Amino acid sequence: MNFLPVYVRELRSYFTSPVAYVVMLFFLLLTGVFFMVFVGDFSMASMNPNPYGGARSLNVTQAVVRPLLGNMSVILLFVMPLITMKPFAEEKKSGTAELLFTFPLSDLDLLLGKYLAALSLFAAMLALTLIFPMFIAIYSEPEMGTLISGYLGLVLMSMAFIALGLFISSLTENQIIAAIATFAMLLIFWIIQWTGNNPVLRHLSVLEHFNNFAQGLIDTRDVVYYLSFTLLWMFLTLRVLESKKWRG
Amino acid sequence: MIQLDRVNKFYGDLHALKDITFRINKGEIVGFLGPNGAGKTTTMKILNGFMPASSGSAEVAGFQADKDPLEIKRRIGYLPENVSLYMDMTVNEYLRFVARAKRVPRRELRAKVDRVAGQCGLTDVTNRLIGSLSKGYRQRVGLAQSIVSDPEVLIMDEPTTGLDPAQIVEIRNLIKSFAGEHTIILSTHILQEVSAICERVIIINDGRIVTEDSLENLTRSADKGGNVLVRVQGDIAALRKCLQQLDGVTGVRETGERAAGDEWELLVAADKDSDIRRAVAESVVGAGCGLLELRPIRLSLEEIYIQTITRNA
Repeated sequence: MNFLPVYVRELRSYFTSPVAYVVMLFFLLLTGVFFMVFVGDFSMASMNPNPYGGARSLNVTQAVVRPLLGNMSVILLFVMPLITMKPFAEEKKSGTAELLFTFPLSDLDLLLGKYLAALSLFAAMLALTLIFPMFIAIYSEPEMGTLISGYLGLVLMSMAFIALGLFISSLTENQIIAAIATFAMLLIFWIIQWTGNNPVLRHLSVLEHFNNFAQGLIDTRDVVYYLSFTLLWMFLTLRVLESKKWRG
Repeated sequence: MIQLDRVNKFYGDLHALKDITFRINKGEIVGFLGPNGAGKTTTMKILNGFMPASSGSAEVAGFQADKDPLEIKRRIGYLPENVSLYMDMTVNEYLRFVARAKRVPRRELRAKVDRVAGQCGLTDVTNRLIGSLSKGYRQRVGLAQSIVSDPEVLIMDEPTTGLDPAQIVEIRNLIKSFAGEHTIILSTHILQEVSAICERVIIINDGRIVTEDSLENLTRSADKGGNVLVRVQGDIAALRKCLQQLDGVTGVRETGERAAGDEWELLVAADKDSDIRRAVAESVVGAGCGLLELRPIRLSLEEIYIQTITRNA
């Protein structure tokens, strides 16, 4: 195991190019706008009396936290291809792969280094969004359980997204193609749940499995789904890296 | 140290390497020559574990290239022809990255990076981004990364491209200084470089090894066989005819140097294996000319190279 040098180099390269900053900026901007809208709606609702009279149940977890988590998962679908398009595609395009492949690093070292770097970038981005729940916690009492399961769900989902994205990045040397193809694949795995009431297809949907997490429910089925999705694409990426040996 | 045994490589239908067999001992500097597309880079990629051979065995430092590519990669330094570096790293960061990827122990890291930076003349630019360096400096960084882990085997593809003449001499001396502790394969088109650095030459053409010998043997072979220059006095028309009929002679021509009046210089080309000196001298005297000078022409590496490549084409 010698993935650490690859990890360090890869993570540095995210931050020496503007990509990481732009991606983070727009992710936080979009999440912030959604947060503002949900909080605004919620505070309006809490000002108004119940039109039907009587007591009214107002729940900040239901009105703000849940939709915020749900929207973050959809935004991720757009943002993640921009994080995963670079790692393999750029090395091949610029020719640095030629030297990289002569270093004593196994295919797994390369994949893990790049995978963990992308995951770390995402984790940093996600950590910055914790400011929104913190605001809620100051002025209200969100359910901690839902927040924890929601963020766990986001991490698991992004692990799956990154695995798929890196696989596609390993297939091409064009970053734009990698981004578009990853986005299209993620979109397919999202809308697959709308193809009717087929339970198998519903089960394949990446966002379907997130709903439970957003509701504060950690179901092993969902965890197993994301982990197996991740492992499948990582396995395929390793096969692609290996293929350079017989393709020459 | 390096041993190739009947190595073949196919790219689809293309038979790129045909039964390549050679051996390189520890501490040798070997020049690896051949025209474009002859299979030099393919051979080097097999040696550095980048890809396996289709058949045959390649052994580096006691490890099989197809079974233990990682072990080989730990013991090899590679300088590709078009060295591509990470433009967004500084020289120091990059060398540290390579050293760590090559498993240089942490406590030796700093000393090794500093040492190769010094050896390759990079001390003044260690904190500059590689992207802002000139081609010559980037080439030095490429050279530095190949030796940063003190590899047993160094494989270099055109190590002096893009350098100015003073730097070329410097880098050649540097490579020469590695001899003994490192085993070096140097692939290049620049034949003076081979003459200046290498002890042994392997010439490859169309996927086959066509010549493999020490540089000394290759150029000296002209002492015995090969071409002879004669300077004669007198009527050369008859002499030419006479020379042309000698055993082993392949051609006679005037060099155009006509020193004075009836003095002529003739270049007699002959097979490598036949010693024609005596026969030439006898013919000159027999034809009634005065023999003023007779000397074998030492072939330069260029001539040997061109002869081997065209003969086998």
